[in-house]
Amino acid sequence: MLGPKARVPVQATGEFSETVPVPTGTRDVLPEELALERGISLAILKVFADAGYREVATPSLEYEETMRIGDPRAAERAYHLTDSNGRILVARFDSTIPIARMAATTLAAAASPLRLCYLQSVLRPIEPKRGQSREYLQVGMELLGLDAPGGDAEAIKLACNVIEAAGIGDYRIAVGDSSLFGRLLDEAGLTADGAPRAREAVMYELVTRDLVGLERELDAAGLATAQRDELLGLAQARGGRELLDRAGAEGLSELAGLVEQAGVADRVIYDLGLIRSQTYYTGTVLEVYAAGFGSPLGGGGRYDELVGRFGRELSAFGFALNMDHICRAREIQGEAK
Amino acid sequence: MSAGDKLTIAVPRGALMSGSLELLESVGVDVAEVRENDRKLFFDEQGIITMRPSDVPTYVEHGAADVGIVGKDVLMEQFERDLYELLDLDFGECRLVVAKPKGAAAPNAHALPERIATSYTKTAERYFASTGRQAEVIEVKGSVELAAIAGLAEAIVDLTATGTTLRENGLEETEQIAVCTARLIANPAAYRLKAEAIDDLAARLRAAVGARTGS
Repeated sequence: MLGPKARVPVQATGEFSETVPVPTGTRDVLPEELALERGISLAILKVFADAGYREVATPSLEYEETMRIGDPRAAERAYHLTDSNGRILVARFDSTIPIARMAATTLAAAASPLRLCYLQSVLRPIEPKRGQSREYLQVGMELLGLDAPGGDAEAIKLACNVIEAAGIGDYRIAVGDSSLFGRLLDEAGLTADGAPRAREAVMYELVTRDLVGLERELDAAGLATAQRDELLGLAQARGGRELLDRAGAEGLSELAGLVEQAGVADRVIYDLGLIRSQTYYTGTVLEVYAAGFGSPLGGGGRYDELVGRFGRELSAFGFALNMDHICRAREIQGEAK
Repeated sequence: MSAGDKLTIAVPRGALMSGSLELLESVGVDVAEVRENDRKLFFDEQGIITMRPSDVPTYVEHGAADVGIVGKDVLMEQFERDLYELLDLDFGECRLVVAKPKGAAAPNAHALPERIATSYTKTAERYFASTGRQAEVIEVKGSVELAAIAGLAEAIVDLTATGTTLRENGLEETEQIAVCTARLIANPAAYRLKAEAIDDLAARLRAAVGARTGS
C-alpha cells in the first residue's frame, strides 16, 4: 500500500471503472454480516420456539388476486410477473397474508390456537436514493385463534423477549388501536355512509401523519369545538396507561392490565393516533422503536377478518421485524455503551 | 425518557433561517452562537444542526435530527417520507406558482404538451395530473426563471414570496398551486421515544406563534 504522501492527485476523467452492478436497493451479504445476522436470527427463532411457535415458510410468489384479498393497495404496488399461463403473480411483499391463507387452507385441519413463526425475505418497491431496501429479511410471528386482549398481550410480551434476545436493550413498543379513531368519527357523525368524503380526508391526514392537515380537515368537517379538540388530542396522545381512561379505549385498557401482569408495562407506550398502512388490521396495532434508530424496527397488529376472507373464521395477531433494522439498531446501541 | 431528553433540531439555512432562529429563541432555545457562526453546521451544546432546506426532511426521517423546521413546499415535494407534521409555524409564507413569459400564448395554442421547468418535479407532475393536463416536466436545480426566458420550457413552477424575481425576469404568475409556510416536523421514533420533550417544544412554539399572529 502506498502511504498518503506517495499518492498522486488523479485528474477526474468522468469515468469509473466498470463493474457488474446489482439492482438499486439490493446488496450482497458478505460473510461477516451474514454470520452476525444469522446469530441474531437464530436467537430470535429460539425465543419463538420456546414459546411454542413453529416455523413455516411461504412461496416467494403468490397469485396477485390472493394478495389482493389481504391488501389491494399494497398488492398493486408489488413486483409483478406472469406465469406461463399468463396468470399474474406478485413477489412476496408481506408474510401475514400468505400465512393467513395457509391457516385457512393447507393448515385448515390444524387445531387453534395456531402459533407460527417465520424468517423470510420480502420484496417491496422503493423510492430511489432514500437508503431503502428493495429486499429484506423479516422475522415474525402469527398467533391465530386467540382473541383480544389475551392474544395481543402474548404477542407484545413475545416482541419484548425477541428484541432483547437480539441484543437491543433500549427500546419501546408503541401500542394503539386502529379502530379507535374511526369509531370516534362515527360518534361525531362523520360516518362512512353519511360523510364519506370528510371522513376519508380526515383519515388520510391521520395515516400520512400530518397533524396540521388533520386539524384543517376536522375544521372543514364542521365538528363542534369540543369534538374537534377531543379528536385532535387523541391523535397525539402518547404515554402511559393513564391515557386509556377515556371513552372508546376500553379495549386497550383491558390489554394494559395484561401487559402489566406480563411485566412489560415499562416497555409499552400507548399511542392513540397510531395507524398502520396495511389495511387488514382491525384492532390493536404496534410499532417497535429502538433508541438511537430513526425508523421502526417493525410492527404488527390484530387482523380478525383476514383469515375469514380465505374461508376460516379465525381471529389473529402478528408482528414482523426487519432484520436489517435490528442489526443496525443493535450496532448503534452497542456503540453508545 | 422525559422532558429532560435533549432534542436535536434541524434548522434550514437560507430564507427560513432567521425566522426559525427568532422563533426558537422566543421559546428559550439558545441560538446566539448559531447566529454568529455562519460557517459552522453542528451546534452540539444547543442541539441545533443547520443544512440546506431540502435536506431537512432527510435528516429528520433518518433520525439524525429529532425535529426540524421546513417549508411546506419541501414537504409537498418529498411527500412520501415517513415524518410527522406537527405544527404550522405560520412564517416564511411563499406561494408555489405556475409562471410564464408575459403575454405568452394560451396553453391550448400548443399542439404538444407544455414543457414545465422546475426544481419541484414531483409537485409539478402531481399538480398537472390532478388538473387533467399533460405536461413534460424538466428538472432544473436553480434560477428556474431562466428556463422560460431562454426557451427551455414554456412555463415554470417555482416558489415566490413577493413576485419580484418573476417580474424582473419578464414572467407573470398564471396559476397558484399552494400557499406554503414553515412547518415543524418530527421523526416517528423520536415522536414516541421523546414524546414529552417534543410535545413540550411544540406547545411552546404553538403559543409563540399564536402570540405573534394574535390569534
